[in-house]
Amino acid sequence: MGKFTFKLPDIGEGITEAEIATWRVAVGDTVKEDQPLVDVLTEKAAVEIPSPYAGKVMELKGSPGDFVPVGSVMVVLEIAGEGAVEEPAAAPAALAPAAKEKPAKPAAAPAPMAASAPAPASTPAPQTAAATAPVPLVPRSEGERPLATPAVRQRARDLGIQLSYVPGSGPAGHISHADLDAFIARKPVSGTAVSNTRQKREGVEQIKVIGLRRKIAEAMQRSKQRIPHFAYVEEVDVTELEALRTHLNNKRKPDQAKLSLLPFLVLALVRAVPDHPEVNGTFDDEAGIVHRPSALHIGIAAQTPNGLVVPVIRHAETLDLWQIAAEIKRLAEAARSGKASREELSGSSITISSLGPMGGIVSTPVINAPEVAIVGVNKMIERPMVRNGQIVTRMMMNLSSSFDHRIVDGWNAAEFIQHIKRLFENPATLFID
Amino acid sequence: MSKTITTKVLVIGGGPGGYVAAIRAGQLGLDTILVEEDRLGGTCLLRGCIPSKALIHAASKFNELGHAGNIGIKLDGAASFDMSQAVKWKDGITGKLNSGVTGLLAKAKVRTVSGRAVFSDAKTCTVETAEGPQTIKAEHVILANGSKPAELKSLPFGGDVISSTEALSLSELPKRLAIVGAGYIGLELGIAFAKLGSEVTVVEAQERILPLYDAELTRPVEHWLKKNGVTVHLKSMTTGLGKKGKSLSLQYHSADGKSQEIPCDKLLVTVGRRPNTQGWGLENMAVDMVGPFVKVDDQCRTSMRDVWAIGDLVGEPMLAHKASKQGEMVAEIIAGHKRSFDQVCIPAVCFTEPEIVSAGLSPEQAKAAGHQVKIGLFPFAASGRAMSMEAGVDGGFVRVVARADNHLVLGIQAVGAHVSELSGEFAHALEMGSRLEDIAGTIHAHPTLSEALPEASLAALGHALHI
Repeated sequence: MGKFTFKLPDIGEGITEAEIATWRVAVGDTVKEDQPLVDVLTEKAAVEIPSPYAGKVMELKGSPGDFVPVGSVMVVLEIAGEGAVEEPAAAPAALAPAAKEKPAKPAAAPAPMAASAPAPASTPAPQTAAATAPVPLVPRSEGERPLATPAVRQRARDLGIQLSYVPGSGPAGHISHADLDAFIARKPVSGTAVSNTRQKREGVEQIKVIGLRRKIAEAMQRSKQRIPHFAYVEEVDVTELEALRTHLNNKRKPDQAKLSLLPFLVLALVRAVPDHPEVNGTFDDEAGIVHRPSALHIGIAAQTPNGLVVPVIRHAETLDLWQIAAEIKRLAEAARSGKASREELSGSSITISSLGPMGGIVSTPVINAPEVAIVGVNKMIERPMVRNGQIVTRMMMNLSSSFDHRIVDGWNAAEFIQHIKRLFENPATLFID
Repeated sequence: MSKTITTKVLVIGGGPGGYVAAIRAGQLGLDTILVEEDRLGGTCLLRGCIPSKALIHAASKFNELGHAGNIGIKLDGAASFDMSQAVKWKDGITGKLNSGVTGLLAKAKVRTVSGRAVFSDAKTCTVETAEGPQTIKAEHVILANGSKPAELKSLPFGGDVISSTEALSLSELPKRLAIVGAGYIGLELGIAFAKLGSEVTVVEAQERILPLYDAELTRPVEHWLKKNGVTVHLKSMTTGLGKKGKSLSLQYHSADGKSQEIPCDKLLVTVGRRPNTQGWGLENMAVDMVGPFVKVDDQCRTSMRDVWAIGDLVGEPMLAHKASKQGEMVAEIIAGHKRSFDQVCIPAVCFTEPEIVSAGLSPEQAKAAGHQVKIGLFPFAASGRAMSMEAGVDGGFVRVVARADNHLVLGIQAVGAHVSELSGEFAHALEMGSRLEDIAGTIHAHPTLSEALPEASLAALGHALHI
């Protein structure tokens, strides 16, 4: 049997480090070749890393939330055959520089002590990198002794409080004076029983922000910190668009995806963006350069069980309505099941956002930095409108959009949205070149 | 002097348990009487800890003189040792400490009565003082009667068969010393006598020396014994004493079942200690027992209301510092404070060569308690300070045992020259609920032996710096 150290491979696109999202195996597991070992998150996407060999997992380095550089050891496998293990060869060194020289001894004296001087190899210390990772709060198990300093223990005793009932907020569940204060503060004044249904709830759950949630947090913070957002809301009469959509859905072929509003919005962007090129692209504000692609890669903000991701319709300018609908459906499913590739989750130049039936009246979408514009759709609803002096019911919908005001002037932004409004209110023009 | 005295607190025994209980009770304003039949100080000050450490110090110093050539110290002739002078020096220390205790008790306004207290009921005793019998009635009685060396039926004390008490007051060095029992008392004394030049042989019934410590910790001591010609016969049962005219010998069955004999000049029996439960009316006090000990709860209450028991009388470990803590606690409970004995650890030190310290759980104990553990070890061979005081070659080390999940330190042990002085930090770390990161994150002064503790913690965390 040999050992194989599995290192984080280069997953391309200049990625230099990845964040461990989930271990798919545990120490002691037997893994098959190509069985997923770990999910990692890069700047761009979640990547599943398979095992190159069959073997037994001996060591996992790092815990979820840790960043590991490309090329660093992640898993040690015990495999059949020779293996390829690289163990750091640690030589013993003393606290003092003179350590290597043995203290002088009577020459003839036997040296049984030399043999017993522990070599590093015999040190039973486990060498997992995870050892330095923060230790999560673990609730005290039944019968476990509460952890507190003598002074805290004494104070609890003086107060007649059993520490085993006091939650500890410190590492390893350590109970501090503050924890004791909090416990005293919440104690009922008298011994009267508290009704079960109205009991106060205490304690704060600590949730480590890792993985996709951290990515989202970082992206949102970067966007809102750096980009002066300009928001613009306009209402759109979508009565005719809805009539067309209903009609198309009724006569669609079985292999065609059902049309939501989004394919029409993508189509509207394909029509409008060439007249308003400043809304499409990315702004590298450190270099002071706007990258304006001639292609239209449209990001679609999508909710998944883990959080927000933005799959991208590439070259939307090449697709017809049905192709767009099919592509949206495919990407949405991939994103929801976590199977979307990194390429499918990156590279957009403008983004659309929809909360569907929960769209509300107005939203202020956050720009998918470093892009410069995001278009959001709100809830579609019948409203009384005035047409030719008559009050009529029309199907109305708001478009809520945000623009990077450094790049897109308010006037241009408004013109762009007005263009989309015209396209939606005259749906035939969506299809005329 | 037949008038009955009544008091709030009556403490029986002037050792480290009793005198501390009395001082604390006095400090708290409780009317307190302490009864002691010997001088104040107990086994610890008079016949145990302190005098043995004095002898061990003298022996080590003498021994070093003979081995100091490599560090540049040469004597014109061989050094000689005067046992009676050493004993005189030791008696000076115990005398000083004894009067110190007397002073502390007086300062705390504790009355001391000299004589043996015999109880007629749980709250009443009579003391045979020099002036006659004195009856004392108390609201609270703290029993701190201590322990005495256990005797073997086959080797009753007397003459040349001695206990640790006599071994500390010999007038001359025995040429050949046989020791029964390789526990800490036997080995501490055996090693001291070996350093002074006695020919020492130890007979132990169990499979290894110092059976209370794990094998990894005792290995350096085994090496020292072997290297310095102290013979240890393990798995050997003592059978009796052989006397031929003036010559004395220890008879035993060796591991292979054969009868053996060790000629010796003195025979030291150190097979443990027994609590003093006989001959002072304990049976009249209606307290429950557990084995040979008085049964107490975590506040040192006996089964009899307001009768308390502390120290060696209530069980293992029979250590002075445990007794003192219990004594302090009981005095405070009597004064109305809320206290209980909930220490995380009672550190134990063994003044062998090299010394051993143990605080908290050993790796085996931690595993047996169901913990997943991380263990870190730092050898003194890699410590510059250890080398500079010739303490780097005895195979010593510091070992940290921690929970794998949250790195809570469960135990710290060490073996090596001078490690007894590290015991305080070990116990403090455990009592404070330290994690490996707490110890590793504390700067330890360089160059000191104490640096080995954070290094061992780093080793447990997987990134020791100096190994």
